[in-house]
Amino acid sequence: MTMANFTLVVTSPPFDNQGSESALSFADALLAKGHMLNGVFFYQAGVHHANGWQTPPNDEMNPFKRWSALASQYRFPLHVCITAANRRGLLEEDNEVVEGHNLLSPFLASGLGQLVELCEDCDRVVQF
Amino acid sequence: MSAQFGLLFRSAPHGNANGQEALDLALVAGTFGQDVALFFLDDGVFQLMKDQHPEHIGRKNYSRTFAALEFYDINQIYVCQVSLNERGLHSADLCIEAEVLTSEQWQEKVADCQHILSF
Repeated sequence: MTMANFTLVVTSPPFDNQGSESALSFADALLAKGHMLNGVFFYQAGVHHANGWQTPPNDEMNPFKRWSALASQYRFPLHVCITAANRRGLLEEDNEVVEGHNLLSPFLASGLGQLVELCEDCDRVVQF
Repeated sequence: MSAQFGLLFRSAPHGNANGQEALDLALVAGTFGQDVALFFLDDGVFQLMKDQHPEHIGRKNYSRTFAALEFYDINQIYVCQVSLNERGLHSADLCIEAEVLTSEQWQEKVADCQHILSF
């Protein structure tokens, strides 16, 4: 089987609709099949995935933890558009607005240029 | 000419952030020297309407920024003829020059894009 290198773009919010779960399942499946994932880019309402303060009930999915675990297992970066994130109240470490931050590692504060670079470097871009 | 990036604008402006954030992405991709094509279809054709005044509903008038696309070397701007017709619009209603495509031309142009993102 030919291996492909994927970039995933997540513009769906966590919790509100199925896009979030579909993105995780797709990432799980492609990595299990031995394909490459050069990175995931979170944009629009998808930036809420990076909110480390999200606290769903214990018997529900926690997208922040699921992505964090997958990224650490397979070593791919989780990039977040910082402009889209700041608009939505997600603030990175050492921001100048409030003490503390909710955009937590392993999610990375990035720019749209990073999305362009990921796409340049992959075979397939899939958006959720 | 084939494009590296095809960005689909499918939503009407101001009711959600799709158009503004797609345009932001287009400008960054242009800055990075990417070959970008913009496609306006369905209610997305309203993005290009002339004389928008969204400040009355507390939204930024980013439609002015479409005029700056040429300075980012983004010249492939396509509008779906069927979508225009369905909404009673004409190319003269649009705030920038755009190529109006039939369904067949549309399919060819979209198929030419290496990567597609939809907003």
